[in-house]
Amino acid sequence: MAVEALGTTQRAKVAPWNDPFIRGWVFQIVVVALVGLLAWFLVSNTIENLERQKIASGFNYLEREAGFEIGDSIIPYSPADTYARAILVGLLNTLKVAVLGIILATILGTMIGVGRLSPNWLLSKICEGYVEMFRNVPLLLWLFLIYKMISEAFPGPRQAINVLNSFFLSNRGLYFPVPMADPSHKWMGLAFLVGVVATFFVKRWAKRRQDATGLPFPTIKAAIGLIVGLPAVVWLLSGAPHHMSWPELKGFNFEGGTVIQPEFTALLVGLVLYTSAFVAEIVRSGILALHKGQTEAAMAIGLSRGQVMRLVLLPQALRIIVPPMTSQYLNITKNSSLAIAIGYPDLVAAVNVTINQTGQAIENILIIMAAYLSVSLSISAFMNWYNKRIALTER
Amino acid sequence: MADVAQGERRQLAPPVNDAGAFGWLRKNLFSSWGNAITTIVLVGAIGWILARFIDWAVINAVWTAPTGQDCRGHGACWALIHEKYRYIFFGSFPYEQQWRPLLAVITMLAMLILSSDRRMWNARLLWIWGVGSFLTFLLMFGQIHISISLILFVALGAGGLGMLMRGGVGTPAEVNGWRALAAIGAVGLILRVTGVLPAWSLPIAPFDYVETHLWGGLPVTMILATYGLLFAFPYGILLALGRRSHLPLIKGLCVGFIELIRGVPLISLLIMASVMLPLFLPSGTTIDKFLRAQVAVILFAGAYIAEIIRGGLQSLPKGQFEAADAMGLNYFQKTTLIILPQALRVVIPPLINTFIGFFKDTSLVLIIGIFDFLNTANQALVDPNWAGFPGEVYLFAAFVYFCFCFSMSRYAKYLEVELNKGTRR
Repeated sequence: MAVEALGTTQRAKVAPWNDPFIRGWVFQIVVVALVGLLAWFLVSNTIENLERQKIASGFNYLEREAGFEIGDSIIPYSPADTYARAILVGLLNTLKVAVLGIILATILGTMIGVGRLSPNWLLSKICEGYVEMFRNVPLLLWLFLIYKMISEAFPGPRQAINVLNSFFLSNRGLYFPVPMADPSHKWMGLAFLVGVVATFFVKRWAKRRQDATGLPFPTIKAAIGLIVGLPAVVWLLSGAPHHMSWPELKGFNFEGGTVIQPEFTALLVGLVLYTSAFVAEIVRSGILALHKGQTEAAMAIGLSRGQVMRLVLLPQALRIIVPPMTSQYLNITKNSSLAIAIGYPDLVAAVNVTINQTGQAIENILIIMAAYLSVSLSISAFMNWYNKRIALTER
Repeated sequence: MADVAQGERRQLAPPVNDAGAFGWLRKNLFSSWGNAITTIVLVGAIGWILARFIDWAVINAVWTAPTGQDCRGHGACWALIHEKYRYIFFGSFPYEQQWRPLLAVITMLAMLILSSDRRMWNARLLWIWGVGSFLTFLLMFGQIHISISLILFVALGAGGLGMLMRGGVGTPAEVNGWRALAAIGAVGLILRVTGVLPAWSLPIAPFDYVETHLWGGLPVTMILATYGLLFAFPYGILLALGRRSHLPLIKGLCVGFIELIRGVPLISLLIMASVMLPLFLPSGTTIDKFLRAQVAVILFAGAYIAEIIRGGLQSLPKGQFEAADAMGLNYFQKTTLIILPQALRVVIPPLINTFIGFFKDTSLVLIIGIFDFLNTANQALVDPNWAGFPGEVYLFAAFVYFCFCFSMSRYAKYLEVELNKGTRR
C-alpha cells in the first residue's frame, strides 16, 4: 500500500494560472510572439523600402567587378577583381593586424606587468604611469595621434631618411629590399614548417626524458637550429639565390622592394600600446593573486629571480590570466576595425566601400558580422582549449 | 677564536639604516648592482625626455598668436587651443548660446558627482537624475514639448511598477493608489488612441531650439556615454535575468543576443544603425542621426552590462533565492527586493569600469559623422590657417579624456575597498 501511495503521489492541485509550469510556457510564448512580431515588422518594412528604393538583394553582387584600389594586400589584388576578392583581402588584412597585435601586445604587456612588480621603485612607477596613460585615453585618439605624427613628422619621399641606401623611411612608410620571387622560396617555407613540427616533437621528447632521468636538454637551441637552420640549408642547396628587389625613388614615390605602410604601422602600434596596458594589469593581478610562499619557496631552493618568474610564478599565474586575456585578444580583433578611421583597408573598410558602391547594406553587414563572429568564436574556442590544457589537474 | 677574551669581540659595523630618505633610496632604488644600473639608466632617460618635453611644451611654446604661421619654428602651438577651445568643447552650437552646453556639462558633472556619494544611494538618486536630465536636455534642445501620451504612459508605467513592487507588501491604501495611477494611465492612453483625447503637449520653451546635428564636443560625448549606459542598465538587467532563467526559449533568446553583440565590433553596429535603421522603419519616418548612434550604443552596452550583472547574480548563494521563495514573494518581488540589491552591490566597481570603457568608445561615433569631443578636436585641425599642429590638439583632447577616465577609475578602486569592508576580516 505504502509503495502504491508513493507511486501515485500527485502534485498539489493548483489553478492553471498559478501553476509555475503553465505560467512559464505562457510567458515564453508571449515573449517569443512579441519578438517575432517585431522581427516581422522590421522585415516587412525593409522589404517594402528595398522595393521602393529599387535596391537589389541577394549576394550576386559579390561576383561583380569591385573597381576600387586597396593599398595593402597579402594576396594579389587589382581593381578588376570581384567584390568577393576585395572583401577577402580586407579580411586577411584584419587577421594580419589581429595576429601581429595579439603576439606583440602579449609580449609588451607581460613585460610591463612584470615591471610593475619590480623591486625597483622607479621602474614600477614608470610601468604604472604607462598603464594609466594608455588605459585612460580612447584608442582612436592614440591612432590619430600616431598616424598624424608619422605623416607630419617624417619627411616626404624625396627627403626620405636613407639607411645604407636600402632602407627608406618617409611619410609613405618604410621601404626596404626583399628577395626576388624564386622557386626555392616554396621549399624554404616547407622546410620552415618541418622545422616547427620537429621542434614540437623534440620538445615533447626532451620533457619526457627530463621527467624520467632529470637530464635537461637545450630545447631552445635545438629549436632555433631546426626552425632557422633547415630553411637555410634548403636555401644553400638551391644555389643560394640572392637577387633582391631594391626600392628606388621614381617620381613622387618609391618603386620596388616592399613597404610597411604608415596606416598599418599606426594601427598596429596603437593597438599594441593600448592593449598592452590592459594585458599588463591582467598579468600583474595574476601574479599578485599567487601566495607569497610560492616566491619564497622558489627562492629557498636556490632559483634565480628570472627562474622564479619563468618556472614557478608565470605557469601558475597563467591559469588566472588566460580567461581575461581571451577577452583582450577578442578586443584586439574587434578594435582592429578602427582601421577605417585612419584609412587602412581592413574588412570593415572594404565592406564599407562595397556598401557605398552597391547600396546593399544588409548583405554587407551580414558579411561583417559573420566574419567577426567566426573569428571571435575561433579565438574563444582556441583559448578555452588552451585554458583546459593548462588547468590544474586535480586528483 | 676561542681564545679571544670576553669583552674583546670584534666590533660589528653598525647596521645600515633602513629608515629616512637615504634608507628608502637604498631599499627601493639601489638594493643591488642590477637595480642601481636600472635606476641610473631610467633617471637618465626620463631626464632627457622630460627636458625635451618641457622645452617644447613650456619654454618654447607659443601661447597666443593670430595665425598658425607665427608658431612655426617655435615649440608647442598652444595658441591653436586658445583659438579653438570653444569649438573643441561645444562644436557648432550657436556661438553666443554656448553657455547652454556649458551649463549642461556642469549639470551632468554635478549628477555624476552627486551619485558617487554613497549617502545619496536611495530615492534621492531618482530625483537627482530626473531633474538633472530634464535640465540637461532643456539646455541642449532649448525647447521640450511633452506630449500627453508620454505623460499617460509614464503614469501607467509608474503605477504598474508600484503595483508589482508593493503588492502584498505595502498598505492597502498605498497599493490602491498605485492601481489608480496605472488605471488613469491606461484609460487615458486608450482614450488618446481612440481619439477622444486631443493631441496636446505641454510646451516648455525658454530658449531657441537647437537641432542635434549642431550639437558637438564634450556634451555629446557625455550624453552618449551617460544616457547610453543609463538606458542600457535596465535592459542589461533584463538580459542577465533572462540568461539565468530556467525557461529555455527566453534563455536562448538572451544568450543569442548577448553573444551576437559581444562578438562584433561597435563600428559594425554603428554602421548598421546609420545605414540599416532607416530601412527597418516604415517609409517616411526619419530618425535623428544622433538618436541612431545613441540606440547603437545602448544595444551594445546592454550586452556587456548583462554579462557583468550575470557575474553578480552568480555570486549570490542559492539560499538567498530559496529564502525569498519561502517567504512567498513572487518572482518580481524576489528579484527586485532580495536578489538585485545584493547582486548590483557587487558589480558597481566593474560597472564603473564599463562606463569608462564606453566613455572612451563613444569616440567611434565620429565614423558615422557625429561631432563628439574627439571629432571636434579632429575638425579643429582642418583649418588651413592652423594646419600642422596635430600633436597639440590631440594631447589636449587626451588630457581631457584622461581627467575623466582616471578620476572614475580611482573612484571605482576606492569603492571596491569601501564596499568590501563588511566582508573583509
